[in-house]
Amino acid sequence: MAQDQNRIWVIWLSLLAAMLLTIVPIPTAIEVYRPQWLALFLIYWAIALPQRISVGHGFLFGLLLDVLTGTTMGENAFSLSLITFIAHQGHARLRSFPFSKQAFAVIALLLIQKAVSFIAIGMTLGITTQNYFWLTPLIGAALWPSIFFILRKTRRRMRVR
Amino acid sequence: MALIASLVLMVMDFRFHQLQYLRDSLTVVLHPLYLIADFPKTAGNWLSDTASTRQQLQSSNASLKEENLRLLARLQKFESLQAENKRLRNLLDASLKVDDRILIAEIISVDLDPYRHQVRINKGSASGVFVGQAVLDADAVMGQVIQVTPLSSTVLLISDATHSIPIEIVRTGERSIAIGTGKIGSLDLPHLPSHSDIEVGDFLVTSGLGGKFPAGYPVASISSINRDTNSGFAQVSATPTAYLERSRQVLLVWRNDQNTAGN
Repeated sequence: MAQDQNRIWVIWLSLLAAMLLTIVPIPTAIEVYRPQWLALFLIYWAIALPQRISVGHGFLFGLLLDVLTGTTMGENAFSLSLITFIAHQGHARLRSFPFSKQAFAVIALLLIQKAVSFIAIGMTLGITTQNYFWLTPLIGAALWPSIFFILRKTRRRMRVR
Repeated sequence: MALIASLVLMVMDFRFHQLQYLRDSLTVVLHPLYLIADFPKTAGNWLSDTASTRQQLQSSNASLKEENLRLLARLQKFESLQAENKRLRNLLDASLKVDDRILIAEIISVDLDPYRHQVRINKGSASGVFVGQAVLDADAVMGQVIQVTPLSSTVLLISDATHSIPIEIVRTGERSIAIGTGKIGSLDLPHLPSHSDIEVGDFLVTSGLGGKFPAGYPVASISSINRDTNSGFAQVSATPTAYLERSRQVLLVWRNDQNTAGN
């Protein structure tokens, strides 16, 4: 029945939107500060609907992100599976955190993706990254409250369960 | 499980390059995302095209006509030189052909990973693009095609840290290899001995060795030389001549022999 549907497509659509935000052209000067949209969205869904989003989704969307942005296959698949796994395991605790504490957890999770990329860039390209490479998790954490509210509103309005 | 799978994927992709098929098919699936991301720019171009006034069009038309005339004049000279060159080569019994077939493609304006210098273009295997093909902009060599799907392909720029291009110094004829640094405005020439005859401002063109790039296209100019190294090699860097970041349209080149053999 139509009313009983879980409307998982909303989640998929939001994750596709996150991938779109990752490749939308922005000026080169601020390109390195681009937030890790897909990781942020996956963290939200893993916390809000742990019965719907788990490691497999992190892996699949990470792989798609690898293809989309031309990174080594598996680089983002690895980090996003790990992030989704941790968020999924700790969803009960993360939900009860106040925003400030949640933001710190988000920084830690986003740093995982950065660290994995750092190692992959070092190994495949043999170059080092600039210091501001490590700043994007902070930007992600600053955006976290608004992402949280927007996605929660979407989830409630669309009755995603 | 997923972690192990992704580690295996990484090793397979980087060490053995065996995932091209998977990457190609997923790229085809994701093609709509590229088009959506590119849409604002395309729409903006369309708007500015349709909204431009009669006067603007007239002035741009006039300047284009002037430019065309100038280029035609230069072409006349070039054609006589080409004929002369052909005649001389015939005398020498050498069979080098100057004409290369080209195709114009447009860059899809999406941002890929900032540490990997790749761009996507809107022509693919349906237009005969192939992996390893040389890509130029109006001024110089930009890079080479590393992946093709039916409707689009990925170009690796010469500034990428994994890219090397065989070059020749125009003034002296000395050959070397220019390696990308991962920074958009600079290439390294690590194989030049410290006593070699190079100067700041020397032009580098493709040497045609290696068989990927056709010979004689401009690549870069030497921007700095440091001969005081202990290794016996000079530290030479060069600035790419192509506008790697700002180009919107690119040229795909078929070398003459590839043209007759492959297509």
